[in-house]
Amino acid sequence: MNNSVNASTGSILVTGGRLVDGQGRDSINDGLLIRDGRIAALGAKARDVQADEVIQADGWVLAPGLVDLCCNLREPGNGQKGNIASESRAAAHGGFTTVCASPETSPVNDSGAVTHLIRDGAASRAVVRVLPIGAITRGLEGDLLSDMAGLKNAGCIAVGNGSRGVRNARILRRCMAYAQTFGLTVMFNPENQSLAADGYAHDGLVTSRLGLLGIPEVAETAAVMELLLLAEETGVRLHLSQLSCARSVEMLAEARQRGIQVTADVAMHQLVFTEEALAGFDGRFHVRPPLRSEADRLALIGGVRNGTIDAIVSQHQPHDSAAKQAPLAATEPGLSSIESVLSLGLELVNRDELTLPELIRALTSGPASVIDRSAAIAEGELADLCLFDPSATWQADERTLVSAGRHVPVENRNLPGVVRLTLVEGRKAWESLPV
Amino acid sequence: MTANDRSPNHLQLTRDGQLRHFLTLDGLDRSLLTDILDTADSFIEVGERTIKKVPLLRGRTVVNLFFESSTRTRSTFELAAKRLSADVLNLDISTSATSKGESLSDTLLNLEAMASDMFVVRHSQSGAPHFIAESVTPGVAIINAGDGRHAHPTQAMLDMLTIRQHKGTFEGLRVAIVGDVLHSRVARSQIRALNELGAAEVRVIAPGTLLPKDVESLGCTVEYDMVRGMKDLDVVIMLRLQKERMEGALLPSEREFYRLYGLNREKLALAHPECIVMHPGPINRGVEIESAVADGPQSVILNQVTNGIAVRMAVMSMAMGGQVSDRQMQQSERAQA
Repeated sequence: MNNSVNASTGSILVTGGRLVDGQGRDSINDGLLIRDGRIAALGAKARDVQADEVIQADGWVLAPGLVDLCCNLREPGNGQKGNIASESRAAAHGGFTTVCASPETSPVNDSGAVTHLIRDGAASRAVVRVLPIGAITRGLEGDLLSDMAGLKNAGCIAVGNGSRGVRNARILRRCMAYAQTFGLTVMFNPENQSLAADGYAHDGLVTSRLGLLGIPEVAETAAVMELLLLAEETGVRLHLSQLSCARSVEMLAEARQRGIQVTADVAMHQLVFTEEALAGFDGRFHVRPPLRSEADRLALIGGVRNGTIDAIVSQHQPHDSAAKQAPLAATEPGLSSIESVLSLGLELVNRDELTLPELIRALTSGPASVIDRSAAIAEGELADLCLFDPSATWQADERTLVSAGRHVPVENRNLPGVVRLTLVEGRKAWESLPV
Repeated sequence: MTANDRSPNHLQLTRDGQLRHFLTLDGLDRSLLTDILDTADSFIEVGERTIKKVPLLRGRTVVNLFFESSTRTRSTFELAAKRLSADVLNLDISTSATSKGESLSDTLLNLEAMASDMFVVRHSQSGAPHFIAESVTPGVAIINAGDGRHAHPTQAMLDMLTIRQHKGTFEGLRVAIVGDVLHSRVARSQIRALNELGAAEVRVIAPGTLLPKDVESLGCTVEYDMVRGMKDLDVVIMLRLQKERMEGALLPSEREFYRLYGLNREKLALAHPECIVMHPGPINRGVEIESAVADGPQSVILNQVTNGIAVRMAVMSMAMGGQVSDRQMQQSERAQA
C-alpha cells in the first residue's frame, strides 16, 4: 500500500465512477476538477482543463469527505493510546476529512489554553481537519462551569460531557443556559449515572446469562427525556451523542415535532452489533453506551434512514493493548473504529439495511450540518473528498491499521470498501491508488 | 450480526468433544454432564478407602488461584487434587501480587513459567477464567471455581450429583431455587444444568430486586410468593444472602426477607413429602433457612460437601485428559506437516 501525505495542491481531475453526496446527488461522474483546494469544475467541462494529475475512478464512489462528530485523538496526555498524528492518519485511512475531538483528554479540554494546545498540535501534525469540542464543566467533573466563552474564542465548535453521564440536573440546566448565551451547541452523552451505576453491558439477555453488571435502557432514556426538557426550557441547541435505545429514537422524533432544536448521532458499531457480541466475554465490545438488543439496533437504523438521527459517528477510542488485556469488567471501554466505519456501513448497504446515499448522508452532510458546516459535491465547495472502491476488500490487521489502537470491531474477515484517496482542501491526506 | 466465534465450547472442548477447560456449563450437552456425574460417582468410592489416592494427576502441578477468598471451595479443590496425586500450590492472590500493582496477565505468565498444568481460578469478575484460558495461558487447563455472578460449574455439578443420588433421575423433577438469584453464579449454573439434564420445571422464587432482567430466558419460571412456589417441589435449593444486600435498597431487612423467603418447617410442609433441601453454603441460619430444616431429615447439605470432592476430582482428571489429547493431536499434525 502506497500512502503518502502530500502537501502539493496541484490540480486533480477525477473521471468516472459515481458521485454521491448527502444532499441528493447520485450521478455518473463526467469529471470533477480540484484546484486551489476547492471543487473547481464539475461535469464534462472539468475535462477541458489540463490537470496536473488525472485519476480514473471507474467503479468507485466519490463522496464528500466523511465528518466524525466523536473521535478521541488521545492528545494531550494519553500518548500510549494514540496521538494527533497517528489518529488523524487513521481518520484519513477511513475516509474522514473532519474529526471533532472529544474533550476527554488529559488535561481535559476545559479552557482555551488546552484548546490552543490541541489546535497547535493539529496544525503541525494532523492530516485531517480537527475541530475541538470543549468540556461543559471544569475537568468534566460535573460541578463547575467551564470557561465556555474562552473555549469558543479558542475554536471549540461545541461543548460536551465526553463520555461522562448526567449527575445533577440543576447544574446541567445552568450549563445549558450558559452555553446558550454564546450560541454554543451542547453535545451530550445521555446517561443517568445513578441508574448506570457500576454497569458495563446492556441489561438484557446476555447480561442475565453471563452474570454481567447491566446498564438498563432507562439509564439512557431517563437522561434523554431530562435533556430534551431542559433544552426546550433553556432554548439551547442540543446534540444527543451516541444513542443506543429504540425508545430514545422515539423521544427524539417527538421532540423534533415539538420544535425543540435537537440533533443526534449513533456510533456505527451500534448499527452493526448487538449484546450478543459480548457472549464470549470479548473485551473489545465493552463499549459505552453498551451494545443493546436487536430491536434497538433496528430502531437505530430506522432513525438513520428517516433522518431522525442526523449522523453516524466512529466513537473512535484507541487504547494500548494492556487496556483490553483483562477480564471484561476491568477492560477500558471503546473500539478502535475509525478505519472501519465506512466498511461496516457498506456491509449494511450490501445487506439492504441502508442505501448508499443514506449512509453517505449520515457520514457527511448530516454531521456537517450539526456543526454548521457543509459537505456537498458542488462547484466552489472545499475539496474535502473521499474516493473509495466499494467492491474491493481489506482486512484490519497489524499490517493495514494506522491507529495506535488495534482492538478493531472485525478481525480475520474481509471488509468491503477500500479508501483510495482522501483529500482535505485538495491535499492528499491518504492515497492508496492501484499502480 | 455476531462477532467472531468466541463461543465457550470453542474454548473449553477439544475438537473431538473432550473437556480441556471447565469454564461454564453453557454449551455442554447432556451426555458430557452425565459423564462428569458418572466419573464423580466412581471417585466417591476412592474417598471411602483407607488410602484415598489415585495416580491420575501424578507429576502434575495444580495451582489454586483464589483472587477472592473461600476456605471451603479451596480446600475441597485442594483435597481433590491431592487425591489425584497432583502437587498443589495454593495462592491467595487477593493479598499478594495484584495488590502490588502487577496485572493479572503478568501474575499468570509467571505461574505458567513455573510449569503449572492446571489453574483452579476463583475471581470476583465474571468471565475472568475465560479471559485466562483464551488470552493468557492457553496451554494450562483452567477450572472455574466461581467467577463473579457468572458461573460456578463445579458447585452446580455437585448439586446435580446430590440430586441424582436422592432422586435417581432428573426426568419429571420440579426444582425451586430461592433467594438472591441476581448475584448468584451458583443459580445460573444450576438452572443451566437442570435444563440440560431434563428437569420438568425450574422455578426461581425471589423478590423482583433479586432477579436478573429477563430471568425466564435462562430457562425457568418466576414465582414471587414462596408459599405458592413450594407446591409440588421435589428439590428446594436455598441461596446464601449476603448481608450487604440491605445497603443498595435491594431488601428492607433480614427479618422481612426471612419471613417471606426463609425456609422453615411450615413452608417445607407445602412441598412434596420427599422434597430434599439443599444449600451451597455457607448457611445463614435464621436468614434464609431455619436450623430445624437445615439439620432436619430432608436436608442433604452435608452430602453436598462430600460430593464436592468427587465432582472436582472428575472435572480435573477429565480436563487434564483433554489437554493431553489436545497436545498429542497437535504433535501428530505437526509431524504430518
